[in-house]
Amino acid sequence: MIGLIECGNGNIQSVGNALSFLNIEWGFISHKNDFSKFSHVILPGVGSFPHVMNRLIENDLVSEIEKYVRSGRPFLGICLGMQLLFEESSEYGSNEGLGLIKGTVKPLADRSQDLLVPHVGWNNCRNSKKSPFTLDESFYFTHSYYCHCSESEDVLGVSEYGQDFVSAVKKDNVVGFQFHPEKSQKTGLKLLNEFERLEC
Amino acid sequence: MLKRRLIPVLNILNGHIVRSEHFNVHQKIGNVVNQAARYNEWDVDELIYLDISRNRTYDLGRDDLKVKSYNNIEDIIKLISKVCFMPLAFGGGIKTLEDIDLRIKNGADKVIINTEAFRNPELIRIASEKYGRQAIIVSIDYRIIEDSPLVHTQFGQFNTGVSALQWAREAEALGAGEVFLNSIDRDGLATGFDISTINEFTKELKIPVISCGGAGDLDDFYEIFTKTNCSAVAAGNIFHFTERAYPRAKKELKKEGINVR
Repeated sequence: MIGLIECGNGNIQSVGNALSFLNIEWGFISHKNDFSKFSHVILPGVGSFPHVMNRLIENDLVSEIEKYVRSGRPFLGICLGMQLLFEESSEYGSNEGLGLIKGTVKPLADRSQDLLVPHVGWNNCRNSKKSPFTLDESFYFTHSYYCHCSESEDVLGVSEYGQDFVSAVKKDNVVGFQFHPEKSQKTGLKLLNEFERLEC
Repeated sequence: MLKRRLIPVLNILNGHIVRSEHFNVHQKIGNVVNQAARYNEWDVDELIYLDISRNRTYDLGRDDLKVKSYNNIEDIIKLISKVCFMPLAFGGGIKTLEDIDLRIKNGADKVIINTEAFRNPELIRIASEKYGRQAIIVSIDYRIIEDSPLVHTQFGQFNTGVSALQWAREAEALGAGEVFLNSIDRDGLATGFDISTINEFTKELKIPVISCGGAGDLDDFYEIFTKTNCSAVAAGNIFHFTERAYPRAKKELKKEGINVR
């Protein structure tokens, strides 16, 4: 059963809707004791980096996430949820993240004056290492910041917007997608199925 | 490389999907949720719902179409978001941050603000701070008057006299994530898109522009994608009335080398 960490302001119901459509059982995680109920956990971040990180801290969820990840069970961050896996972001000042993946989160606007920001729409992802995920497809993105991995072996998928950027990461049982699988029609729903099938 | 989007627009009037012409001829064409399922089958890039009801009462009794209608926007959003796994944008009747909260909480990924954004631009800033720029689309309805596009509000009835381009720049500075540009002159006329105005906008703005108003046949889509840099093209009537217009448009555009999904 998949647990969805309830934090932030945005449309968090949509990941749950996609899981229900796939007949995958799920529930919300809003309290630190909730983690024990789930074999898989998703952090579906929408909103700003410091806002959601502060919510995780206030609700005492950070150390529980660390504990959960150490248990070896699969953990997936989506969009801002992927960015939160990193050590630091410069969104609204410098803010510390969960530090589960080495690297930093930076504004797309710094890369080129000509880019429209946010990066909104369907873009291709190229698989960069072997994994159980079908990533060589197009997915729906909507973000203004991007992740930079310090360790290249953590890069799972790459997309191009002005230049290449990391659109999927994987380090052991921790996975992140910059795009929204729950908003990417069949190709995205397939990834959620593949996540659910990861062994604990 | 980022693909260019083709987006069906569905107008909701008192709980039904309707067609629109010059913003005021309306004809019922179907049930909100059945239409959503149809667009889902066509694997559309995104969906835009505009609630154009003048009052907030919805049709409860059912009539000629023998289909159920829904009596509030929350129910409509909830039902659609349970069967549609693409980005969903909802506009119409949004006046306060609470109106935005209600839509996003029930399954909208983005909201589209029109008249109220113009009246109270501060709403763009607070909404964008709360939900992020990507969730806030500012919609601008314009008519060409003496060669310049001017903002019209209140369902396009009121000429503000303000330059649409100037307003778009302000909306961008306040935190809008996308601009939805709608030509009232061309709404429902199927005479092609307003290429020159769209070009003025994409030249000036650093956020994506969604262009709407005027699609009559598939060649119009080819024209707008080749002659402008707009990020997305939206249309309503053509997708409702022309057999399989959406998948056919995608296929044709791809064949012509346009970077669509």
